[in-house]
Amino acid sequence: MLRIDCPFCGPRDHTEFSYEGDATVEYPALDASEDEWFEAVFLRDNPRGPHSELWHHIQGCRSFLVVQRDTLTHQITGIRLAHQPTAEALK
Amino acid sequence: MRQRYNALSVLWGGLTGQKHWKQVWGRPEPKPHYDVIIIGGGGHGLATAYYLASEHKIRNVAVLEKGWLGGGNAGRNTTIVRSNYMVPGNTEFYEHSLKLWENLSHELNYNVMFSQRAHVNLVFTPSQRDAMARRYNLMRLNGIDGEYWDQDELRRHAPHLNYENGRFPILGAYVQPRAGTARHDAVNWGFARAATALGVDIIQGCEVTGFIHKAGAVVGVETSKGEILADKIGMAVAGHTSVLAHKAGLGKLPIETHKLQAYVSEPLKPIVDQVIVFGGIGHFYISQSDKGGLVFGGDLDKYNSYAQKGNLPVYENVMAACMQILPCVGRVKLLRQWAGVMDMSMDGSPFITKTDIPGLYLNAGWCYGGFKATPGSGHCFAHTIARDAPHEANAGLTLNRYREGRQIDETGHGPVPKLH
Ligand SMILES: Cc1cc2nc3c(=O)[nH]c(=O)nc-3n(C[C@H](O)[C@H](O)[C@H](O)COP(=O)(O)OP(=O)(O)OC[C@H]3O[C@@H](n4cnc5c(N)ncnc54)[C@H](O)[C@@H]3O)c2cc1C
Ligand SMILES: [Zn+2]
Repeated sequence: MLRIDCPFCGPRDHTEFSYEGDATVEYPALDASEDEWFEAVFLRDNPRGPHSELWHHIQGCRSFLVVQRDTLTHQITGIRLAHQPTAEALK
Repeated sequence: MRQRYNALSVLWGGLTGQKHWKQVWGRPEPKPHYDVIIIGGGGHGLATAYYLASEHKIRNVAVLEKGWLGGGNAGRNTTIVRSNYMVPGNTEFYEHSLKLWENLSHELNYNVMFSQRAHVNLVFTPSQRDAMARRYNLMRLNGIDGEYWDQDELRRHAPHLNYENGRFPILGAYVQPRAGTARHDAVNWGFARAATALGVDIIQGCEVTGFIHKAGAVVGVETSKGEILADKIGMAVAGHTSVLAHKAGLGKLPIETHKLQAYVSEPLKPIVDQVIVFGGIGHFYISQSDKGGLVFGGDLDKYNSYAQKGNLPVYENVMAACMQILPCVGRVKLLRQWAGVMDMSMDGSPFITKTDIPGLYLNAGWCYGGFKATPGSGHCFAHTIARDAPHEANAGLTLNRYREGRQIDETGHGPVPKLH
């Protein structure tokens, strides 16, 4: 079991979350070129090591979290709310 | 020269203390140059080398494997072989592969224990039955075998299933009779032996750590055993594709690496005669090995991972699913559990293709269905490498299809690798 320390809810089992993949992907503007969209939708770094990824606390506070996790050791080294204004307000 | 295996030699060996067995592949040191290097000594890499040597007469070939032969997914899978696909691109490829399976033991002179015991997809709801009817009808239109067993017929074939389950009432099953299982180690060893006999060097303990580029082309690899040059280089490293693709200069690919677990029980008398699948509502598949162990699995762990070890929540889900359809095995002890890391593609389908880098060829995106592809993948990859053009069976399995909006998405889940 991975334990994810949600800034709202505290440490929770990863089964309360839905994994949403690479957090470094930035979706381009709607009228951006097809190439930019292709890259955002389909291409991934897929590192063997440190990975920045989104977890949705679907069975908790429903926040999206950005989790720094190593894909080889599964060690989690950082967690923050994905929504910047909420993260600021919580400080 | 290769020693031929046959019934008489087994009998003779039995009478003479089994002293007739010869070594079937050695431990060659790499030569400075090969016509073709295949990276990855899993089933696909070994099959590619075999077909390069046998069909295309390219025999100056090396397979470079960082660990040991078949230590990756080729030796970790649940060995299900089928071709019940319905989307063009997959349909012709997997049926091509199934046809190769049907003659593989003869072709390799090695018993790969391919057992066409039928793949039985259980149906629990009328809507599921409709959706599967569409799939199996499409298969039949494409010349692939498929049929429906109503509950009475299913009870005759699989009497031990739980037919009294109110929550998951088994209505019947869609079946591919020509599907089944094979012995995974035998497939790896059979291809390795046959390829070696044709002159292929299988070099274990040789990790590719980088690529040698010259004028925009790839002309060799850097390895833990030094530099090795080649005219053409094919990658077949399954879950580690992205790691090597970055080193080769291919950049990002439409792949996420995920892990899948498998389980095997203590040996039992025969109880599961086919491959039984509980799909759609749950996710569980089970067959019984010739040694008697129940071999089964379920979902991915569903987060990117290169760790070849599974997590307990999925374990629990798989056992729960098993108890829904086969509660009679609830007291059976589990013998082993393990995991492998797979190249989950964005549409759930693979690619066997040339790349934009001259000299570099790519075989990847197998998700958790690449064991059944082993002979087909090797056959088509060898063709693509030797002729610089795809075989008709892998013409649809390109990398460009994502850019062109022609994803081969059997399940319609979209570009979310964990869902395929
Ligand atoms: C638990 C599990 C169950 C599965 N069940 C089924 C099933 O029932 N049916 C089915 O069809 N498929 C199944 N699969 C999928 C199937 O096993 C794979 O898709 C298939 O084996 C992949 O091809 P391969 O055999 O070439 O891979 P692998 O055996 O993984 O071969 C890749 C090889 O590349 C080597 N390698 C990696 N990096 C390097 C490097 N830098 N240098 C040199 N070598 C390198 C690895 O060590 C490895 O040996 C399952 C997979 C798993 C994990
Ligand atoms: Zn929370």
